[in-house]
Amino acid sequence: MSYSLKEELAKPERLSGGHRMCAGCGSPIAVRTVLRAVKPEDRAVVCCATGCLEVSTFLYPYTAWKDSFIHSAFENAGATISGVETAYASLKKQGKVKENCKFIAFGGDGGTYDIGFQSLSGALERGHDMVYVCYDNEAYMNTGIQRSSSTPHFADATTSPAGRVVPGKTQEKKDLTRIVAEHHIPYVAQTTFLGNFRDISEKAERAIYTPGPAFLNVMAPCPRGWRYPSEELMEITRLAVETCVWPLFEVIEGRWVLNYQPKNKLPVEEYLKRQGRFKHMFAPGNEWMIETCQKEVDRRWERLCAACNA
Amino acid sequence: MGIRERLSGNEAVAYALKQINPDVMGAFPITPSTEIPQYFSQYVANGEVDTAFIPVESEHSALSACIGAEAAGARAVTATSSCGLALMWELLYVAASSRLPITLACVNRALSGPININNDHSDSMGARDSGWLQLYAETNQEAYDNMLQAMRIAEHPDVQLPVMVCQDGFITSHAIENIELVETDAVRAFAGQYRPEHSLLGPEPMSVGPYDVPAYYMEHKRHQAQGMINAKRVILDVAREFERMTGRGYGLIETCRMEDAECALVLIGSSAGTAKAAVERLRAAGKRVGLVKIRAFRPFPAEELAAALQNCGAVAVMDKCAGFSAAGGPLFAEVCAALYGAAPRPLLVSYTYGLGGRDVTVDSMERVFGELEETLRTGAAAEPCRWLDVRG
Repeated sequence: MSYSLKEELAKPERLSGGHRMCAGCGSPIAVRTVLRAVKPEDRAVVCCATGCLEVSTFLYPYTAWKDSFIHSAFENAGATISGVETAYASLKKQGKVKENCKFIAFGGDGGTYDIGFQSLSGALERGHDMVYVCYDNEAYMNTGIQRSSSTPHFADATTSPAGRVVPGKTQEKKDLTRIVAEHHIPYVAQTTFLGNFRDISEKAERAIYTPGPAFLNVMAPCPRGWRYPSEELMEITRLAVETCVWPLFEVIEGRWVLNYQPKNKLPVEEYLKRQGRFKHMFAPGNEWMIETCQKEVDRRWERLCAACNA
Repeated sequence: MGIRERLSGNEAVAYALKQINPDVMGAFPITPSTEIPQYFSQYVANGEVDTAFIPVESEHSALSACIGAEAAGARAVTATSSCGLALMWELLYVAASSRLPITLACVNRALSGPININNDHSDSMGARDSGWLQLYAETNQEAYDNMLQAMRIAEHPDVQLPVMVCQDGFITSHAIENIELVETDAVRAFAGQYRPEHSLLGPEPMSVGPYDVPAYYMEHKRHQAQGMINAKRVILDVAREFERMTGRGYGLIETCRMEDAECALVLIGSSAGTAKAAVERLRAAGKRVGLVKIRAFRPFPAEELAAALQNCGAVAVMDKCAGFSAAGGPLFAEVCAALYGAAPRPLLVSYTYGLGGRDVTVDSMERVFGELEETLRTGAAAEPCRWLDVRG
């Protein structure tokens, strides 16, 4: 079936406008794109970890969510949606519920890589029929840009500030997509916003309609935390992919597939220099930071290509 | 017709759950409640229940999964003890404030540290203000009967709050007693099914767990408080219906020889059996002593306690929980508050007892009555906050 962005955008929205997310934020774009992949005739129950997305889309007595929605805490979206999904399975088996329903959880990197990691891992291992979507903006943005295990090396965050003696975050970014893939669930993919959104749309559809647990890791930039002009969102994600900082790949029933190989892999500076959080890396004498960063991007890229036989 | 059996408290509770046949159980093992999900998962494995069992990776996830399931319109249950309940803490409040009538079988055990697997009430006492109803059992029979009544109370439209059905770790959970079971058909007719007005899977979409702004938060808390206030009446209504079915009557409190008692104990749980033996022994010796056992700690039966105790001369309020307020245990503080407006009112003494499985004997209880007599004689409690049977 051919993909058409125009047709995609003609589908009814399941997250309505008027919510309070910032202009230029990647998170609601990820949500709208993923939810467009739910067939209009199917119901969905959405679960959110506490975070920007939750507190900005569901302020009593208003909600931007057209589907049923549940938020209970920060670190338990995996467990909460697993309870909803199990209830559905039980009630359906008993004939108390008739319709088809899909179960989708959204969490930021805080709620997914860090505080909610155990809950996510448990839910994946138990094999619930659900999709967990991480909108990865690489820091705890809701509380004010504190570092997470997803924050990239050297990034300037409010609990890993670039100071006179410490050059921003001193640790590497956790490779969560790979860790999730090692749970050997049916479908895992890493994606972001690119061109006509074909990559993320197709992955969302596959994730939602693959029986069993599926995981999507979506790079979802934050203009406040990354410090880029909000209109440059799509340029930031394009550069993340073209530099191989955020490669697009999927793991289908254990088979690793590289979805995009840049014709000319751009140097990592092209991505870093557009964002205020990496500004200190370009000060004279800090060239080693960019070299270190490039080396790690190359190492991970080669490892990914090997896994994908690309 | 009742069925005569011999069961441990854990098996009795697991059996009650099997008879009720809830939609979802999410649980994680912790001594001494482990047997409940263990027995129950065997019922699931044998196809004896319709329940879907979620073998979660922690108690935090157990309650999170129950929150998701209950919000989806399922009757969800869990079981835990001690540190397991402590790990659920955050979600206890979320469950209550989301008005999700989840049922939790709490097998009371001391909280760490130091780590100790034996009984006291520090776990559920710490959760006393989380918005959950709390029913406590003296015997295996009461643990079973409370479980049969719990969901009817919690799910009542005027209540809509989660409920803890508590029993004493090992003392009742692992000890086998004679018990009278209700026939399963009668249990199912009594317990019914969970039919919430709205749910995530209901005909209309529903949103649960909003960010609540100052303009609404306090109204929501007021509504929640009303649920707890209403629960007193509902507990009694359900108990009356239960009595019609079984002949076994329950209230918010139970009194024993209180009609003319000069000295009385107030306590919770299995120690009531020990205290009753002491009361009977002392009554035989002509002493005017009595006992008040609390079945429902939440909602707190303040008026009922005041009525039962106000004509006593001296009352020992016994906490199986240290409290660490430097002013007696939590039950003591609440009994004092309940009696403040009463006239006349008794002298009140706080006893902390039975922590971490410290055995409490009939002799210990007699000693407390002896000290109460002394308090009554002198007209004042020299030491108002005492520890029972403790060295140094």
